[in-house]
Amino acid sequence: MNSKSVKFLTEPLSGSNPVIVQILGICSSLAVTVQLKPAIVMGLSVMVVTAFANLVMSLLRKGVPQRIRIIVQLVVIATLVILVDQILQAFVYDVSKQLSVYVGLIITNCIVMGRVEAFALGNRPWDSFLDGVGNGAGYALILVIIAFFRELLGSGALLGYRVIPESWYIANGGCYANCGIMLFPPMALIIVGCIIWFHRSKNPSLQEK
Amino acid sequence: MDLRKIVDNLKPTFSKGGKLSFLASTFDAFETFLFVPNTTTAHGAHIRDCNDMKRTMIVVVLALVPAFLFGCYNTGLQVNLTGWTAFFYGLVRILPMLATSYIVGLAIEFAFAQSRGHEVNEGFLVSGFIIPLIMPISTPLWMVALGTAFAVVFGKEVFGGTGMNVFNPAILARAFVFFAYTPQMSGETVWFSTWKMMGAQDAVTGATALEQLSSNGAMQWSALDAFLGFIPGSFGETSTLCILIGGAILLIAGIASWKTMLSVFVGGIAMAYFLGDVCGMFSYPAYYHLLVGGFAFGAVFMATDPVTSAQTSTGKYIVGFMTGALAIFIRLCNPAYPEGMMLSILFMNALAPLVDYFVVQANINRRLARAKK
Repeated sequence: MNSKSVKFLTEPLSGSNPVIVQILGICSSLAVTVQLKPAIVMGLSVMVVTAFANLVMSLLRKGVPQRIRIIVQLVVIATLVILVDQILQAFVYDVSKQLSVYVGLIITNCIVMGRVEAFALGNRPWDSFLDGVGNGAGYALILVIIAFFRELLGSGALLGYRVIPESWYIANGGCYANCGIMLFPPMALIIVGCIIWFHRSKNPSLQEK
Repeated sequence: MDLRKIVDNLKPTFSKGGKLSFLASTFDAFETFLFVPNTTTAHGAHIRDCNDMKRTMIVVVLALVPAFLFGCYNTGLQVNLTGWTAFFYGLVRILPMLATSYIVGLAIEFAFAQSRGHEVNEGFLVSGFIIPLIMPISTPLWMVALGTAFAVVFGKEVFGGTGMNVFNPAILARAFVFFAYTPQMSGETVWFSTWKMMGAQDAVTGATALEQLSSNGAMQWSALDAFLGFIPGSFGETSTLCILIGGAILLIAGIASWKTMLSVFVGGIAMAYFLGDVCGMFSYPAYYHLLVGGFAFGAVFMATDPVTSAQTSTGKYIVGFMTGALAIFIRLCNPAYPEGMMLSILFMNALAPLVDYFVVQANINRRLARAKK
């Protein structure tokens, strides 16, 4: 893999991250991040969909007339999302239940459509595929960070395993309590804000004047 | 030795080029805290008087003192102590909370001022005093600290510090703790301390006046008790009388707006009258609602916050009235929240700029119409 291809993969992780720089896909990143496990599954699902949607649309880019391209894109994306949804239901049913409508709503995730429109229609298939993987990974990375804090502070656990000992809780004679507001979407938005705050302060070139 | 001299001797060390110049804004904060700055304006014609923001804020703190002192006494009273023992019991309970809120809040304020290189603003003098007064007395200190930190960082500093905040920081701290630790912040036992010291006993009753009103339609205390404040509740909010004394100090000093204050009470009594006497939702007198819970405290000390309240005269009437009316509306129509004052103040904080905008637009349109005639 040459350095240009590596850049397609790494650039969306930080410098042009879809969530914290392009501010896309905020809605689902607030909805599925109460726990770490669904967040990871959701991140992987979006990664698969963006990667293959980019690949397929890049292959079709010369044959699709300009005027009907959105319809074609939607058909491709919807097919991929249904595939992902069926696979999740078959292999990780409980997580699929937890994610409920949000797997289906990947169709409307701005990141998928955005990458297809902005990248896949003008680039070769392999580059588009890498770009899709990179953007999906950038989305997944932010999801995992948000879910890490929400699950740790909101339920005192990580991936379902208890991290904060039971004996620390007020009910058991300790002095700790879970931060219930972490389970609500507004707090997820504040965490996204904090990540953006931290990220911008490390990357002054991204700061708006 | 003269304090002025000590400060002057220290000044070069903290000024530009001095050894500790990175702490300049911290030094400046303490200097202006001790002495009125004699800065003169270089450009334009601005009048400065001695009543700078530090003096303004300290008057608000003074206005809070009656409610604070009574809170000390009442906290002891609720665990069946009397006289001075009751007062000292309350004082011992509140001082750690007060210290926590000031230390955490001021540390964050100083750190932000330092890193941004501007003066330390003094708005927190008031917020830090109010925060313990509106928390249940049994709140663990780390929750107070967390609520304070959240309020100062997300309520104030992210918007640019004192004077830029959209929401009242003190009520935001209360709201954060309430929603983050709901099991610890609600229920029947929360208003009483479980500390057994100085011979304190468990209080006989569990529910606050407001909870009794909403569940039984009556309360065990008389309206006079509720007015004087001998009822359980958050530390500083129980005595309507002491709060009104504080309100009088604010009005005489010209700090709070009587328009906001009055219209909150009018809005509250109007909504209580409408829901009680017209709709028949409750049968006790409507004015009970102004005496119990945090209504009076919110009306006098929080709705009148000059930063987050409306700026125009008409806007003050509208926002004040809506705050009072909404508070009673939430109390009576939303079973999940027995106290609506916190939510209604936050909500009207968010709407105040919009109200101001329409008031200003209406004025412009009126004058345009007159000019065209």
